[in-house]
Parts: sequence; C-alpha cells; structure tokens
Amino acid sequence: MSGRDHSVVEDENTFLVKHADLFLTEDEMLDRPARRRSLNGRDLVDVSLATIAAGTTAIVLRLTLDWNGLMSTVVWWYLLFVALYFVLVRDRTSSEVAVDKAVTIVVWSLAALIAGVLGWMIVYLTAKGLKLLRPGFLTSDMRSTGPLTTGGGVKAAIIGSFEQVGMATAFVVPVAVLTAVYLNEIKGRLSPFIRFIVNALSGLPSIVAGLVIFAAWVNNGHGFSGAAGAAALAVLMLPIVTRTSEEILRTIPDSLREASLALGAPQWRVVLRVVLPTAQAGLLTGVILGIARAVGETAPVLLTALGSDATNWNPFHGPQASLPLFVWQLIREPNLRQNDRAWTGALVLVFLVIALFALARLLLARSQRKLGRSR
Amino acid sequence: MSSVVTDPTVPGGAPVAVTAASVLRQASNPVDLEATQLSAWFGKRKVLERCDLLMERHKVTALIGPSGCGKSTFLRILNRMHELVNGAAISGTVELDGVDIYSGKLSPTQVRTRIGMVFQKPNPFPSMTIKENVLAGLKLSGTSSPDRDLLVEECLMRGGLWNEVKDRLDEGGMTLSGGQQQRLCIARSLAVRPQVLLMDEPCSALDPISTRVVEETIHELAPDITIAIVTHNMQQAQRVSDRCAFFLVEEFGKPGRIIEAGETTQLFASPRDPRTLDYVTGRFG
Repeated sequence: MSGRDHSVVEDENTFLVKHADLFLTEDEMLDRPARRRSLNGRDLVDVSLATIAAGTTAIVLRLTLDWNGLMSTVVWWYLLFVALYFVLVRDRTSSEVAVDKAVTIVVWSLAALIAGVLGWMIVYLTAKGLKLLRPGFLTSDMRSTGPLTTGGGVKAAIIGSFEQVGMATAFVVPVAVLTAVYLNEIKGRLSPFIRFIVNALSGLPSIVAGLVIFAAWVNNGHGFSGAAGAAALAVLMLPIVTRTSEEILRTIPDSLREASLALGAPQWRVVLRVVLPTAQAGLLTGVILGIARAVGETAPVLLTALGSDATNWNPFHGPQASLPLFVWQLIREPNLRQNDRAWTGALVLVFLVIALFALARLLLARSQRKLGRSR
Repeated sequence: MSSVVTDPTVPGGAPVAVTAASVLRQASNPVDLEATQLSAWFGKRKVLERCDLLMERHKVTALIGPSGCGKSTFLRILNRMHELVNGAAISGTVELDGVDIYSGKLSPTQVRTRIGMVFQKPNPFPSMTIKENVLAGLKLSGTSSPDRDLLVEECLMRGGLWNEVKDRLDEGGMTLSGGQQQRLCIARSLAVRPQVLLMDEPCSALDPISTRVVEETIHELAPDITIAIVTHNMQQAQRVSDRCAFFLVEEFGKPGRIIEAGETTQLFASPRDPRTLDYVTGRFG
C-alpha cells in the first residue's frame, strides 16, 4: 500500500521537474538547472509541416509516375522531408541553425533505422521462437524426438556450445593477450611478420578453418568431437581477440609505462601490474567480440563436431551438438514442428549471447565503480 | 591504523614533519649525484654536449633554461630513462655515490629504484586506488615493507596529501584533482625510498596553491633526499633550489650545453655569463 502511495508522489515530483517552467516564476527558475533542448516546440511544428508536405508530394509523385513499390515513395518522402524541414527552419532562423537541425534529424533517423532493424529482428525472432519456449525445451535433447512427436529441446546443443566455445576461449584468451603483449610491449623483431599472419588469419573464411581441422584431425583417424569443434572455433577467434587486444594496449598512454619503469619495475611487472589492469575493460570487449563470433559459427562446427541428437557431455569423444548446428539442421527439414524447434533454438542462442554480454559488462562495471572511472 | 601523531589543522605541520622525517631518515642516506662530460643523442642528432654537474646531497639543484635545450633529456639520463627512447645514446659518466650508473654494476631497475622521478604531467595508475598507487612502487620493484599502512601514511604526509585523502584511501587515484594527483605521484615515488628524486617540471600543470604545497614538500625532503628539479619558473627556481644550472642551445641546430652552474643566489644576483643574466631577468631573445 505505502509503496504505491510513494510511487505516486514520486511521479508527481518528476512531473513538476519536467514541467517546471509552467509552475515557477522566472526568479525561481534561475535556481534550477536550465533544460536546453536541441529540438523545441517550434521545431515540432516544423517537423509536422514538413512531414505532411513531403508525404503529400511523395504520394502525388507515386500516383502520377505510377510507382509500384513502396520503397521509392518512402525514400522520396524522406529526402523531401529533410529539404523542406531545412527550408522551414532557415526561414525562421538562419542557415547555420537550419543545417545544424537538419543534420541532427538525419543522424537521429539513421541511428533509429539501425536500432529499428535490430529491434525488428529480435521481435520477429521472439514471435517465432516463443511458441515452443518452455523449461522442458532447455532440459531435453532430441534423442527420442522426431518430426512426428512433441517435446525435445536444446539441452544437448547448449552443452555442446558451452563446452566448445568455452574450450576455445580458454585457449584463445591467454595466447591472444600474450601475442598482443609481444606486438605492442616487447615490440620484438618478429612483430611485423606476426601482425601480417594475424591479419591474414582474420580474413580466413570459417568453412576453411573447419576444413583444415577436418582434414588434419577428424578425418585422420580421430573422428568427430567437441574438441575438434573448439579447435576450429579457436582458429577463428584468435585473430579477432589478438587484434582488438593489440589496439587496446596501444591506447594505454606511455606515461603510465614510464611512471612504472621510473619506480624501478622490470618490464614484465609493468605489463602485469599496470598495462593489463588498465586495459582490462578493452580486453574484455575483445574477448566478447571473439566469443560472439565463435558462438554463432555453423560451418566449422558442422565439419568437426558434426552435431548430435543425443546429449554428449564428453567433448573429447564422439559427435557433439551445438546451438547454431541445431538451428541449421532443423530449419532444413520439411516439417513445421522441426522448423519451430529451430526458431526457438535461435531465440535461445540470441538470449544466451545477450545474457553473457550483460554479465560481463556488469562484472566490469562493479570492478571499476570503486575507482570512479567512467570507461 | 594511524600510529603517527598528526595535527589535522596544519598540513605538513611541525609534529607531522618531525615524525615522518625521522622514519624516512633511517632508511635513506642522501648521496651525491655527479654527471661528468655528459653528451646525448637521439639517433644522429646530438642534443646535449659535455655537461658537468654535481648535484650535492642535502641540496636542491634546479635546472633552468628555454624549451628544447636538453634539461629534460639531462634529467632522464640521470635515472636511465633516456635509453628507453629508440635510437637514444649517451657518452660520459653519471656517478651515484661514486658508482657509475652506466658501468653495469647496477641494473637499470636498481638505478631507478634508488633514483626516483616525478613527471611533468601527473600520471597516477588509473587501475589502482590511492593507497595502491602509493604502494605501487613496492609491488612493481618487488620489494617488501613491514608496515604498509604506516608507509602509506608517511609518504602521503610527506607528499602533503594525507589530510585531504586519509578518509578515501580506497577510492581511485583518478578521482583526485590535478594538483592532488601530482602530490600522489610524489608520494608514490617516495614509497620506494629513493636516495635521489628527479622532478621534471612537476608544477607546470598545477595551480599556485598546489604549487606551494609541492614546493613545501621539496623543502621538507631536501635534508633526506638529493633533489634535481627542472623548472621554467624563475621564481620557483629561486624559492626551492640551493644550486642552479642554466642550460642553453647557443645556436640553432646545436646541442644544448650548461652555460653556468652555481649557487642559486649567486646565479640570479650576479651571473658570470651575460646570457644567464638575460635569461633570469626575462630579457632573453
């Protein structure tokens, strides 16, 4: 009860703060932080006028020129809208202000377009995948599930993905960070050569990474296994994590290295105690980028871990499933029930990745909060 | 944790100075630092030529001169930071207590532990708290200290920062203001108990009040630590230093040289060289 009352009071307060200009005298306003907006009420009027005028023109053009698709109308509407808005604002103010506002609108709308595409994908995926998403889907595998039965789920695939990506990450992170240290801190004679290899490797098509492991290991008497999948994923992750780590180490100011050396530190302690801790946030971002790449890869895992209906906990023996493989294998089947499972699998994959990112950022924010750093 | 009697109203006041100084004095034993016939190069370009300078124990030596005359390079040679730059080279000797620091008897890290440095721009470690920053030198040089809390208090006191930060030792070093950060860096360099402290324009980024605190710190340290300070501020050179050396590039493209060195009072009142007179009276160029 009391909690609800409290929230109502708070709402009124925020209302008062937001619309302070309606209730306060000019003198009182001076005691409050002023709210400056890049777009104000007049701009909204201009936006509406420009929208209507541009829309009308675009529709007239559509009818007279007999356009069929919707795309051309929208594009023409948008271009006309920006031009009209610019002219309206320029009439009222000056061309500098008008350019500023028009560019603001363009930048905002492009950012909104990107966010919109991403949001639409997530909404679409959720709509398709929510159908079968229930606890049982996460805790059962596909061993006794077919096109004609209900049930089944991603248990085997989740285990496989975690083991494969986990093993790949455990291998890649130390190797990549040490390579970055060699490239940027030690600056050894082999640096240009290693940098060239890393750059070349980062352009490697993922199917090739899978093929190499397939030919050298799987088809060489060892058979399909999660570990082989992890090896292929590691080949893909290594250049990404190495390159981002090197970039991050390059942003650490030399003044910190000098300060450490001037205290009598040997270089390895400078790296271990000052450079790497300072670069922590950036290094984590690099690792996340690498994981994001690896967890969604299908082709290399297909050639090395193969995929499996049954749960296989042992990554060193026998075929193992993984989430992208699960999606790929079930979406190909000419069966709606299997297709639905694929969509739900894709939804699980996306949310696992998002949860992983959120967790990493959270841990990082916690460790940095006490130092009062913004980055 | 506080085992030293402090007077919170007087930063760096009498009881504080006596206690902290006595602790530090036990450990440090001030020594002379002498540069002889020192020349320096960056690649093919010679930037310093045959500089002789004695930085006496118990004294503060100021290095003055216009920008680009090699003062900072000279200072960085004194604790082997110069060689970190690609293509840097030197000739001549630098003797710390009679031992040439370039002879191979001491490793660069040993030299830098005994000869500390404070830089122009404050550079606390952003990944560490205030306390960790002070203790960073111990961790980085692999030395141990029996009582870390006492050491932190001592060094921050000598850096003139204790009263401002004693309640926030676990906050990040970057939360401090610029002047406080510089004093934190001084405290950090004191924690490894150097015999010599080199300061490269330590006050150039600071406001007058922070500058005064740093200058007071220099005065308090002088009996225990040999100090060399680069400064562009003539008043500061007169305020803090006992001895002074004037660097100058005589001709464009030539290396810098020490034109004149001597007692600060003498150098400012009656310099032997007319160019020194021009520079210290602001009639240069």
